[in-house]
Amino acid sequence: MTPFHIVVCGSLVPDPLQTLEPTLGPEGPGLKNEMMLPSVLDPWAGHALYEAASLATKHPESRVWLVSLGPKARLQQLMMSIAQKAKFELVAIDSSASGFIDAQSVARTLATAIDEIDGLDKNRLLLFGGCASASRDAGVTVQMVGELLGLTDQFLAVDELEARDDGSLRVLERIEGGKYLASTVRGAPAVVAWATGKLPEPPNNPQVGMQNMRTILPALQKAKAAIPNRNSIHYQEVAIPQQKRETRVVKDMSVDEIAREIADWIRG
Amino acid sequence: MDQGLVMDRQNMDVDIVCVGFGPATGGFLTTLSRAIAGSESEAPLMSRVMPGMPLQVLCYERADDIGFGVSGVVTRGRGIKKSFPELDVSQIPMATPVAKEKLLYLLDPHGASRRPAALEGIDAMIRAVRSGSQTQDSSIEVPYVPDFLAKHDGFLLSIGQFNQWVGTELMGSGLVQVWPGMPVSAPLIEDDRVVGIRLVDQGTESDGTPGPGFMPGMNVHAALTVVGDGPVGPIGRQLDEHFGFPEGHHQNDWAVGMKMVVDLPTHCPLAPGTVLHTIGYPEPEIFGFLYVHPGHVASLGIFVPTWFDSPVRTSYAYLQHWMKHPRIWKYLEGGSLRSWGAKTLQESGRRGEPHLVGDGYARIGEGSGSTNVLTGSGVDEAWTTGVLLAEGVIELWRAEQPFTRQNLDAAYVTRRRNSWLEAEAKESEKSRDGFQKGFLTGLLGMGLTGLTHGKLHVGPDPVPPRDRIPTLEEYYEGRIPPSQIEAIRQECKSKGEPLHTALMEAAGWPEVEYDGELLMSHQDALLRGGKVQAPPGYADHVVFVYPSLCESCDNQLCIEVCSGQAITPGESGVPQFDREKCIHCGACIWSCAVPREPGAHAGNIEFRAGAGGLHSGEN
Repeated sequence: MTPFHIVVCGSLVPDPLQTLEPTLGPEGPGLKNEMMLPSVLDPWAGHALYEAASLATKHPESRVWLVSLGPKARLQQLMMSIAQKAKFELVAIDSSASGFIDAQSVARTLATAIDEIDGLDKNRLLLFGGCASASRDAGVTVQMVGELLGLTDQFLAVDELEARDDGSLRVLERIEGGKYLASTVRGAPAVVAWATGKLPEPPNNPQVGMQNMRTILPALQKAKAAIPNRNSIHYQEVAIPQQKRETRVVKDMSVDEIAREIADWIRG
Repeated sequence: MDQGLVMDRQNMDVDIVCVGFGPATGGFLTTLSRAIAGSESEAPLMSRVMPGMPLQVLCYERADDIGFGVSGVVTRGRGIKKSFPELDVSQIPMATPVAKEKLLYLLDPHGASRRPAALEGIDAMIRAVRSGSQTQDSSIEVPYVPDFLAKHDGFLLSIGQFNQWVGTELMGSGLVQVWPGMPVSAPLIEDDRVVGIRLVDQGTESDGTPGPGFMPGMNVHAALTVVGDGPVGPIGRQLDEHFGFPEGHHQNDWAVGMKMVVDLPTHCPLAPGTVLHTIGYPEPEIFGFLYVHPGHVASLGIFVPTWFDSPVRTSYAYLQHWMKHPRIWKYLEGGSLRSWGAKTLQESGRRGEPHLVGDGYARIGEGSGSTNVLTGSGVDEAWTTGVLLAEGVIELWRAEQPFTRQNLDAAYVTRRRNSWLEAEAKESEKSRDGFQKGFLTGLLGMGLTGLTHGKLHVGPDPVPPRDRIPTLEEYYEGRIPPSQIEAIRQECKSKGEPLHTALMEAAGWPEVEYDGELLMSHQDALLRGGKVQAPPGYADHVVFVYPSLCESCDNQLCIEVCSGQAITPGESGVPQFDREKCIHCGACIWSCAVPREPGAHAGNIEFRAGAGGLHSGEN
């Protein structure tokens, strides 16, 4: 079986259920109290990481790198959670993860970091990431990283990747109407921007965490500060939608009742 | 279940394993990590399980992140300052020095609270003597904050932010590892010696039976197990069950602290560093606080203690009424909720101290009885217990002495007994006993104890909470007729709702009008103020041990007190538990009105190790 070199681009995002408030400061736009918000691994990138770890397990001698761009202190905390779930080597880039840096600038930073990974064989490279992001939702970052690295076989919104014995890859991409586009590519290198994949979140395995920390801590210590170009986009204003959240937890309503209530709410 | 997926139980050996990451463990690891690194005069501490490597120290935390909770604290910070002599509190998010401290007595603007006649007389006198503008907002400022309560030389903290700050420093050092999202299910005890801990099983059904992807919790063997899992932590409680309490010690006083972090409205004049303590309202027994952080942000909340003898002891409804008090609301109106949460406080103080050490283990923090119930201070005390243990552990490790009860007693307990912590804990030990006899007796007792440095106290030894709870009919005698109580009881049962809202309204409490910003439904506070982490693959951690006992329980206080509405009436009479709403406050444990066995101290609710809990929106 072909061993792969899988690079997963993924970073932290504010926990999706938080109430986020964008602010425009002298340094440009950001999230109010960003450093105080609980963070999680971007759910889309999480699917990519778990798929990468699973693929690597099936293909001995494969390696998985996680390239993460975010505030170093927050990355450090995040790693203590996700390091227990999958084996990977960390490449940390110390920068803002507010979501207000344009995708092109982020892509350049990521591509440079990937280029500098020691021991990376680009002929075996599978570039993984999320097809979208819970914060940088332009949905184009991974594609641009691929382009910058010269990877032309790109698959978007992938739910399944099968690595065959002959080295080829069969990929299922989501298309409209709940259907899949099945494609086959001769093999690596390729870009795979994951949708949700098919794997559940792995349990926390303390031994995996212990193994990972041997490389994660040094990686965090030597994380380079990157200042993506903030001037490439000019924000005139940032604001949250003027809409109040109305939340109830109901577990005994029928689907029809829920749909009717939502429709009534939309009608006002 | 796919048997092929079943894994063997893993085992790991480390030098020291810690349970729970809070201020106490923060103090322990901060002190220990400096010794692990060594200095010019001291050699680094080296591992015995991994020769040639530094001391191997792991800490496991249940919550999915360190510093997950919401809790504003005012502290003198003596122990913390000693650990960080150059401390610049502005480097800790939301921290600021105390600038102004006030004690407010809140009158009841609605006449709905249950006030003893003597207190009503005092209220009438206050209104008569200080009529006009000074009581327009139904409050008076107590002209004097007693020295024992004052924190003038201290600072305000968000415990969540403080824990994150400490955790970041620790993990950045690379000398210790703190693993969140990993509950510890049990101590490993062999012949009364604690030899480590067992992590929780994963991949289970909600009843704990193995499911798909079952992974048995790993055994972590260690020479020393440091237990700092808080007032209701499962490891501390299992040790208490196994080893019992020292003679004369008990944990009969508890409280729920329900808190919020809010963005203050622009018109609020309170400056950063302002500390307001309140007494008198919404019920005399419920104390309140409001601390102003930098950035026009405040932490606020109430403490609902076990000696508030209501059989429908809800914290959420009372928190709303407290916020709506004219003196408080004038600061809050127009503000918005950033974060919400609740926790149990172990209020027995030194009298609740368990066996601090045994062969292979040591207890630190709130669960070790470190909270000072007179000064209302716990965080700095908890931190200091961790520091004192670390100093003892370093001494024993360097001397190559084993962690026996005797050695830990000499190295840790003796340090604790000789510290300011112990001196102040002894003074305060009986300071709140007066509350067993009522609010005014309690205040008198606290004052006497505080002013005489513990020489005098008032009141009897506290009894277990369940022995204090009156029936609904007794509690509402003269306010709600028994027939109306029964009608409310039946109506709530049919709707599957707790009783407190209906009963409070029947007793004269006004309906709370929601503004969607600070006043909102309990579930909206739960969802807007944070996020309950209830990952799949873990067993339910709240278990009603003997369903028949619940069926015959007339007073299901567990439902009324539940901070997240996770425990609700069940059709069979056995309450239902919804893990997706549980914020792990633990109030159900000590509120359970039924002993598990005749004469047993433990109630019928078992609160096991569980993953997740409330991840507050901001800490």
